[in-house]
Amino acid sequence: MRELPAGHDAVVLDFGDEDRPLSAVGRAAAALREATESGALSVGDIVPTAHTVLVQAEPGAGLDMLGVHRALRGVSADDAPSAGDTAEIRIPVVYDGPDLHEVAEIVNTTPEDVIELHTATVWQVQFMGFAPGFGYLVPRDGGDHPFDQVGRRPEARTRVPSGAIAIAAGYSAVYPRTSPGGWQLLGHTSIPMWDETADPPARLAPGSMVRFVVDE
Amino acid sequence: MSASGKKIVVIDTGPLATVQDLGRSGYAHLGVPVSGGADRGSLTLANRLVGNPESAAVIETTMGGLRIRAHGDLLVAVTGARSDVRIDGSLAGTDAASTLHDNAELSIGLPSNGCRNYLAVRGGLDVDEVLGSRSTDTLSGLGPDPLRAEVELPVGTTTGAWPATLTAPVGGDAPDVVELEITDGPRRDHVRSPADLTRGIWEVSAESDRVGVRVDRPAGCDDPLVTHRADADELASEGVPHGAIQIPPSGRPVLFLADHPVTGGYPVIAVLTSSAVDHAAQLVAGNRVRFVPI
Repeated sequence: MRELPAGHDAVVLDFGDEDRPLSAVGRAAAALREATESGALSVGDIVPTAHTVLVQAEPGAGLDMLGVHRALRGVSADDAPSAGDTAEIRIPVVYDGPDLHEVAEIVNTTPEDVIELHTATVWQVQFMGFAPGFGYLVPRDGGDHPFDQVGRRPEARTRVPSGAIAIAAGYSAVYPRTSPGGWQLLGHTSIPMWDETADPPARLAPGSMVRFVVDE
Repeated sequence: MSASGKKIVVIDTGPLATVQDLGRSGYAHLGVPVSGGADRGSLTLANRLVGNPESAAVIETTMGGLRIRAHGDLLVAVTGARSDVRIDGSLAGTDAASTLHDNAELSIGLPSNGCRNYLAVRGGLDVDEVLGSRSTDTLSGLGPDPLRAEVELPVGTTTGAWPATLTAPVGGDAPDVVELEITDGPRRDHVRSPADLTRGIWEVSAESDRVGVRVDRPAGCDDPLVTHRADADELASEGVPHGAIQIPPSGRPVLFLADHPVTGGYPVIAVLTSSAVDHAAQLVAGNRVRFVPI
């Protein structure tokens, strides 16, 4: 793990050199979150992504680097994933997206096979961004995936409906609300991904396992 | 009706006026920007001047143009950009607490220097919280809508001790070149020459908002942009620290402000200090800046 500078109030912890960066990131973020919840560490935000964890204190507060080190002590490099990581979130999907046929052509298969590929893959939230509750999902098992060849649409749509299920550039996602978007749309779900009155407000979080199932 | 029964009625908003407090940290991992006042120093000063907790909700204006009417006697303070503040047409001081009597009108003019003003009222603005904050997040749309004419803002009852002083002059003339203090960012090695950022001066572009301030080289200036290294590994998206200076492929730096995205894939090569972020939030198109490593 390398510590990269990010100002007086933050640090970027880079796990890009580890064998399985996403797992290392998940363990470090969990340890930092636990230290924050117990009061041992005072920071504003902990943002895990594919290779790094950003630890951000309140602006001007200064970052407690000793506290960060203390929280990370004992987080071993090859811990098994904790039980919480393995619970799958099942998302029922109606596969009626406008790009289903085009994706089938790109992957050189049938729309039925695209649905089969999407539902047979166990997905994991690599990081969140773009919009509140928007998780960037990658195949949990890594390696090559037929969807890797599917890029973004040449022109973004100005309006992608809330609940749209999409893929692009090796990722899959559920649009948590209506927004512009350039990904290929496979279908939609009716379960809410974002509720600002709920705790937590997002159905997904970094590290969440997701399985899409055909909504019969 | 708020517990105090007092309220502010918006008559005119100027280009953009929003409710802001110190934002909603703790949700960035779920894709939620921190948001909050762009110039936090001015926001907290306004609150201190009226005896509020520093985190109370205030109005943030952009390039003046705000007019509001008081319902009930209020104690108010305006901080931030150098602007004429008038109460019923008469000049009132900035960086000072003033009484705004029932039915009186307060206006904030076009700043002669700076961009954003902060209007605090004793008791704070009591609009509904979203995820623990009353801030309008212009990137994600969380929090109250931007203000518009005829909106009524209830005044709360959350106050602190009376302030020790009712004035806090903030000083000095505007420098020709604003110096912004920076420290190293995480991805300096992704650009060809990080020192190009601190070379010479930059000019603020008109495409600047609460998400970020964009800068470019002034016309006729020979100093280089900040170019990506052709051989750098592709950067996976990662968390964006507060005050990040990000280099998009154009080579023109973006100085992120309060509503910045939580994750991004372009290299962050420097980070503004927290007070430099406040200064950056007061920049307007055409201002010139220099980045000073500390």
